Amino acid sequence: MSTDQGRERQTIRCLVAKVGLDGHDRGAHVIARAFRDAGFEVIYSGLHKSPDEIVQAAVQEDVDVLGISILSGAHNTLVPKIISGLEEYGAASDTLVIVGGIVPEEDRAELKELGVAEIFGPGATMEETIEYVREHTEHR
Amino acid sequence: MSLVADLLDGDHRALARVITRIENRAPGYRDMVSELHTHTGDANVIGITGSPGAGKSTLVDKLTAAYRDAGQTVGVLAIDPSSPFTGGSVLGDRIRMQSTATDMDVFVRSMSARGRLGGLSTATADAVKALDAFGKDTIIIETVGAGQNEIDIVKTADTVAVLVPPGSGDDVQMLKAGIFEIGDLFVVNKADLSGADRTVTELREMIRTRSDYTTGDDQPPGRIEPSIEDQTNGWEPSVVETVAKTGEGVDTLIDELDEHLAHLDRSGKREQRTHRRFTEEIATHVREDLRRLSTTEIERKGGLDELASAVQARDTDPYTAVDELLEPIRTCVESRTDRN
Repeated sequence: MSTDQGRERQTIRCLVAKVGLDGHDRGAHVIARAFRDAGFEVIYSGLHKSPDEIVQAAVQEDVDVLGISILSGAHNTLVPKIISGLEEYGAASDTLVIVGGIVPEEDRAELKELGVAEIFGPGATMEETIEYVREHTEHR
Repeated sequence: MSLVADLLDGDHRALARVITRIENRAPGYRDMVSELHTHTGDANVIGITGSPGAGKSTLVDKLTAAYRDAGQTVGVLAIDPSSPFTGGSVLGDRIRMQSTATDMDVFVRSMSARGRLGGLSTATADAVKALDAFGKDTIIIETVGAGQNEIDIVKTADTVAVLVPPGSGDDVQMLKAGIFEIGDLFVVNKADLSGADRTVTELREMIRTRSDYTTGDDQPPGRIEPSIEDQTNGWEPSVVETVAKTGEGVDTLIDELDEHLAHLDRSGKREQRTHRRFTEEIATHVREDLRRLSTTEIERKGGLDELASAVQARDTDPYTAVDELLEPIRTCVESRTDRN
């Protein structure tokens, strides 16, 4: 019975994550909603999560995209922890990690070096972000 | 090593990936589930259902924490609806499951309906198998109780708890249809709110008078197995009061769930239920596969539109069209019958 092991249209799954003490979640809510309306399955982490909690959720939910929203300036501390956590569970290679929020220009190269695929700062549009996600999750 | 071998070896990521394959109906998923099947049958599967906002996720969170304290490993499948328009969804159950965050022996997976008709219960049953084979002691399926689809999902469970928020007199009435029949026990959550006593009383009343309208010989057989059984089966659903937010009553609920599982084993009901579940599962697969085969055949013959046009032009009629379509299958089946 291997004739019909075919596939239906792939659904993109994403985790929208807030880490650390940053309590600004408007952006995360807006992007979660935009992703949903784009037809994605969105899991929202809720506020004040530790990097470990985000890693656990990303690993178990097997999301295609992990979107980390940070406006507190703590990205240099938190993002590396999340990425090394993903590596520990063998999830780094097939999870597209994107960051949204306030990330100064001089920090960007280092984050990308670590494995962040793209950083969306102020002015980035929803369409742009959705399009980026669609393009970069196709290989999965 | 194969994904299934990794899963059986206790690799979390492999478990997550297998469930994704199952959800996507990705190539090879059936072989995977077949491979997993021999390793299943050890977990207790608990279904939690109830109206939106009844506090299901919060209660599941507290239950999970209690099972963990008792040394069990836990798997949770949280099922949410998806938008019928975009197919998108926000899966919000995980956010309530914080008591056991970072505990990797709790595996929480959010699933969406993805707009498929009926297929979700198959995907859920397969995902339960993955968690079972992984070695989870207790698996909790959580879903909104709002119709046949959800009832089908929850039927994957050994024990079903139905959550009813207080002051929902009308909801209780609504529960009669379908959900009420599958409850092995009832939970009045948010029991600290006014009206809880009344809801408890109403539920007890309903359980006591159930034979008036839920059991009877004219009931369609096999469709839904009513848990609310007559005395000979020796189980009367209890009504438990909880306040999920504070954890009040959760211990009592666990005792009742354990009691029901023990009852299933004592009475041999678990075997019966499992048997019936597999009967239905096989029947579903047969139906689905035949549907897929016939779709292929229809497309080969130019699609339904072409056939419809022929019928419309009075070149043929619906019965003849179907007879012609199914000819290959019929020939095959009949030639086999001859051989025997």
